Amino acid sequence: MVIAIAVLDLERAREVASRVVDPEIPVLTIADLGILRGVSADGHRVVATITPTYSGCPAMLQIAAELRFALGAAGFEDVDVAIAHDPPWSSDWITKEGLEKLSGFGIAPPGGEIVCPKCRSGSARVVSRFGSTACKALMACTACGEPFDHFKDF
Amino acid sequence: MSEPIISTAPQGAPASDLSDPVRALVAHADDNLVLAQRLGEWISRAPELEEDIALGNFALDHLGVARALYTHAGQLEREERTEDDFAMRRPEREFLNVLLVEQRNGDFAHTMVRGLLFDAYQVELWADLSGGVDSTLAGIAGRALKEARYHLLHTSSWVIRLGDGTEESHGRAQAAVDALWRYTAELFEGAASEYHDIWQKVVGETLDEAQLQIPEDPYQRSGGRRGFHSEHLGPLLAEMQWMQRSHPGLEW
Repeated sequence: MVIAIAVLDLERAREVASRVVDPEIPVLTIADLGILRGVSADGHRVVATITPTYSGCPAMLQIAAELRFALGAAGFEDVDVAIAHDPPWSSDWITKEGLEKLSGFGIAPPGGEIVCPKCRSGSARVVSRFGSTACKALMACTACGEPFDHFKDF
Repeated sequence: MSEPIISTAPQGAPASDLSDPVRALVAHADDNLVLAQRLGEWISRAPELEEDIALGNFALDHLGVARALYTHAGQLEREERTEDDFAMRRPEREFLNVLLVEQRNGDFAHTMVRGLLFDAYQVELWADLSGGVDSTLAGIAGRALKEARYHLLHTSSWVIRLGDGTEESHGRAQAAVDALWRYTAELFEGAASEYHDIWQKVVGETLDEAQLQIPEDPYQRSGGRRGFHSEHLGPLLAEMQWMQRSHPGLEW
C-alpha cells in the first residue's frame, strides 16, 4: 500500500532560509555570514540551525524570528530554529561574496589589511574598539579622514 | 609573596542542591550575569561616548554567555529550568558568583582594574573549557575566549594608561588595586587553581607596566562560590529581579 505524505522540499527550504538577511547589516544574508549551519527535516518539521556570532549579539533573536517568518510564508508550517554553539562561529566563515558585499557597503571586511572604503588607503587608526554593533570597530582613515566601520576579525 | 589567608566565611551546605557539572555551569553563568548587570550601570555615565559603548558591549557579551550557560544547565538538569528561572527566580543565597564581580563599580579606574583582574582569569578559564568533552560548553567557551581576549586588551591598556598617567589617575588606579586584590584568590578555588600562576604573570606584568603595586596585605575574602555574598549583591539582585518578583511570569 502506498501512503501519500507531503514530502518536505528541503532544497526549497534551504533556499528560503539562506535568503534571510542580517537585521543590522542588511546587505548580508545569514548564508553570506556563515551563521546558517544547516536546514534539515525532523518528520514534518523544518529545522534551521544557526550559530551565534558574538555571545551578546542581539540580532540572533531577530534572525530566528525572520527565519520562522520566511519559512512560514513559503508554506512550511512547522518550523524550529535550533542554536548550535559548537564549533563557535568565526569571521573566517563569511563567504567571499559576503566579504565583497561588506566592502561595497562601506564596511572594511575582516581577514587581511584594513582598507579605507572611500580612498582605498591602507592606513587607518582605531577610534573605538567597539562600534555600532558587537562585530564592528570604528576606524578613521589617516589619509582622507573618512570614519568607517571595520568588521572585526573574530 | 606569602600564602594568601582565606577568610572563614560561614561554613555549611550550599543553599541549592545541584549536580557538579550543573553547579559549575551555574557558577560561571552567575559570574557573567552579575558582571553584566554591574557594567550596565555605566551606560550613559561613562567618561566618554566610546567607553559608554565599550562597557555596554562588554555587558552584552557577558549577558550572552550567561544566557547560553543557564540554558545549557537547564537542559542538563532534570527540572529543565529556563534561563529566566536561574536569573530572575533564585534568591541571593543560591547565586554562586565570585565576590569580585558583585563589587560596586566605583570610579572608572576601579571598573577597569576589576576588568583586568577578571578578564585575565576568564581568558584562562575559557581556553581550558573550550577543549572539554561537553561540546556545547566547549563551543560557548570557544566564543567567549575570543571576547575575553578583546576585553582584556581594552581593560589592560586602560589600566596602563591610568596607572602610568597623572598623579590623580595613578592614585585612583592604585586605590582600586588595593581594594580589589582581596577578591582575587577566590577566582582560583577548585579546578581553576591551575591557572593561578599564568594569571599572576599576566596581571603582574600589566601592573608593573602601569607602575602599580600589588598590596602587601595577603588577606583574601571568599564565600561567593558557596552562596555567601558581600552586602552588595542583594541590592543588585533586588533591582534586576524586581519585575519578575512583582509580576511573576511577565513577558514582553
